[in-house]
Amino acid sequence: MTRPAVLTGKHFMHGDHACAEGALAAGCRFFAGYPITPSTEIAEHLAARLPEVDGVFIQMEDELASMATILGASAAGARSMTATSGPGLSLMMENLGLGVMLELPTLVVDVMRGSPSTGLPTLPGQSDVMQARWGSHGDFAVIAYSPWSPQEMFDLTILSFNMADLYCVPAILLADEVVGHMVEKVTIPPEDKIDHIERKKPSKPADGSTYKSYLVEDPDLVPALPFAGEGYHIHLTGLTHDERGYPDMSAETHDHLVRRLFEKIQKNANDIIRVEGYELEGARIMVVSYGCTARSAHSAVLQARAKGIPAGLLRLVSIWPFPECIIRDLSKSIDHFIVAEMNLGQVRLEVERVVHRDVIGVHHAGGAMIPPEPILAAIEAVAK
Amino acid sequence: MSQAIVAEKHPLDDLIRADRMPHIWCPGCGIGIIMRCYAQAILDSDMPIDKHIVVSGIGCSGRVAGYMKLDSYHTTHGRAIPFATGLKLANPSLTVSVFSGDGDLAAIGGNHLIHAARRNIDLTVVCINNFNFGMTGGQVGPTTPQGAFGTTAPYGCQELPFNLPGLLKACGANFVSRWTAVHVRQVRDDIQYAFSKPGFAFIEVLAPCPIGFGKSNGIDDGLEEMEMYRDRSVHIQEAKASEEEMVIDLRADHPIYVGRFVDRDRPPFKPAEALKS
Repeated sequence: MTRPAVLTGKHFMHGDHACAEGALAAGCRFFAGYPITPSTEIAEHLAARLPEVDGVFIQMEDELASMATILGASAAGARSMTATSGPGLSLMMENLGLGVMLELPTLVVDVMRGSPSTGLPTLPGQSDVMQARWGSHGDFAVIAYSPWSPQEMFDLTILSFNMADLYCVPAILLADEVVGHMVEKVTIPPEDKIDHIERKKPSKPADGSTYKSYLVEDPDLVPALPFAGEGYHIHLTGLTHDERGYPDMSAETHDHLVRRLFEKIQKNANDIIRVEGYELEGARIMVVSYGCTARSAHSAVLQARAKGIPAGLLRLVSIWPFPECIIRDLSKSIDHFIVAEMNLGQVRLEVERVVHRDVIGVHHAGGAMIPPEPILAAIEAVAK
Repeated sequence: MSQAIVAEKHPLDDLIRADRMPHIWCPGCGIGIIMRCYAQAILDSDMPIDKHIVVSGIGCSGRVAGYMKLDSYHTTHGRAIPFATGLKLANPSLTVSVFSGDGDLAAIGGNHLIHAARRNIDLTVVCINNFNFGMTGGQVGPTTPQGAFGTTAPYGCQELPFNLPGLLKACGANFVSRWTAVHVRQVRDDIQYAFSKPGFAFIEVLAPCPIGFGKSNGIDDGLEEMEMYRDRSVHIQEAKASEEEMVIDLRADHPIYVGRFVDRDRPPFKPAEALKS
C-alpha cells in the first residue's frame, strides 16, 4: 500500500525519519546520497518513501557525486536533498561552493558525529559548525539550522527548503546523532498548513534574446533563474561570471559577485534567523546552546532558577547566519555568557566576537551528550 | 570576375554564443571541430533545441558548455556526469549531453564515469581525448601513451593508459564508439544516434593538442596530427583488435582502432517505483 506524501497526524517517530518525512511534506522529490552513520536512516526511509510519491531516489558512488547530482536536479527545478555526516560533508564541500556560486537551492542534512576524521561513527558530535560556514574555499554565506528534537527534524527540514529556495543557496541542517536517533512525538500538520515558498522565476517568457540570469534588480539580491529546458538558454558556471552568467575574469566583477553572494544572506538575516529564549526575564547569566546540547542546557537553567539564580537560555535554532544582533542586544543586560556545545568552542568564539568579552565554555569533544550537571556547575560558578 | 559570396548568417548561429567569440582554444586544437559536430547533431536531431542541455566539467573541452547557446552548465572538475545525472533524472524530457575532456572524465571524474555507465544513465557523453591536461599546460594524465612526454613526466610517462572504449564496455554502457577529429561525419552521426539511444552512450574523440601535448612529443602542428589520424585509423569492422591493441600508442607505427565497439540494449537506469496494491 502506498502512503501519501504528508502523513498528517501524531507519530512516535525517529529523528532521521522525521527529517525524511519533513522533506516529503516540503515537496522534495529528489534524493541522492551515500550511506553514512548516523544519517543512513534518512536515505533508507526515502528509498522506501520517494517511489510512493513518484519521486527519485538514487544511491550514488560517493558524496562528491551526491552533492553534484542534487545540484543538477535543482537546476532542473526539483527540490532536492542529500544526507550525510562529517566525512561525507568534507567530500561535499567543493560542490557546496558550486551551489553557492551557481545560486542553486538544495538541502544538505549533516547528522553530526564525533570528529575529526572517521572519529566516532555511531556517537554524537557538534563539531561541523564551522565547516558548514567556512568549509568550502572562498568567501560565501550559507544558511544552517540546528534541530533539538525529532519534531524539529521535521519542521526545520521544511524551513530549510523554503529558505534555500527563497535565497537561492544551499541550506544545511546541522543535526546531531542524538537528535537523529532519538524517538519522540512528532506532529505532522495537514498538508494545507505546511508553508511552501516557491523559487523566484523570470517575469518574462524566453524571447530568444540573451537572458541575464544574474541581473539582480530586487532589493533581496536574489536572481531569477529559469529551470533547465525552459528555452532561456542560460549559462551557469562556477567561474566568476557577469550578469549573463558568462565568465568574466576581472577583479571588479569578482568583487561585485562575491559581495552579492555574501550580502544576500547578511541582508536577509533577520528573515532567516530563528532563536528561542527560555527564562529570559531578569536573566543575568545567559547560556547559549543548540541541538541536543540545548536540551541539557534547558534542564540546567531550570535547576539554576529553582536555586534562585537568574539564568536564562538562548537556543540557536539557526546557527548561520549568526544571530549577532540578538546576542549583542542581550549582552547589555547579561553579566556572563556561557556557551554549551559538543565541540571545543566553535560557537563560543562567535559569541566572544559579538559581545567583545570572555565567554565561558562548557565543552566536550563529542561521543556523549553533555549532561546538565557541568552546565549547572558553570552557572553556579559565575553566580557566586 | 567572380562575385564574393557573403553569408548573412552562419548555419550554426542559433546554436553558438557568438558574443563569446573568440574562443580560448589554441590554433590547431581539435575541440572546435568536435563541438561543430555536436551542434550539427543537435540541428539534425528530432528533439527541440530548448530540450538539449549540455554539461561540462573543467578544462579546455569543458569550455564547450560556455559556447553552446543551450541551457548549459559548467560545473566542477570531474563532476559533470553526476550533475547531468541530476538534471536527467529530475526532468527525463531533457536530452542531456556531457562534453568534457579525458582528464576531467577519466582522471578526477573516473569514479563517476564507471558508475554512470554501470547504471546505464540515459546520457550522451562526448569525451575529447587529447592525451594530456591541456589547459594547465601539458601534464600527463590517465590517457597519456606510455613513453610520451609531459611537463610532469619529463622522462616519459611510465603508466599504462586507459583503453576508454574497453573500460566503458566492461562497465556496461549501451553505446561506445571511438573516432578522431578527422572523422567529423562519424562523430556527428554517433552523437545524433546517442541522443535517441536509451542508456549511457560514450563517444571518445581523439583530438590534437599541439600546444599542450604536441610540443613535448614532436607533433606540435595540429594538421600533422590530423594526418597521422587519417593514415593510422583502422575501422574495427575491418580488423580485429585485442584489448591490448586498443590501447593507443602514438610513437610506434601502430593502428588506431576506431568505430562502434558497443551498441546494445541493456535497460537504462530508472528510478524505483513503489509496489501498488
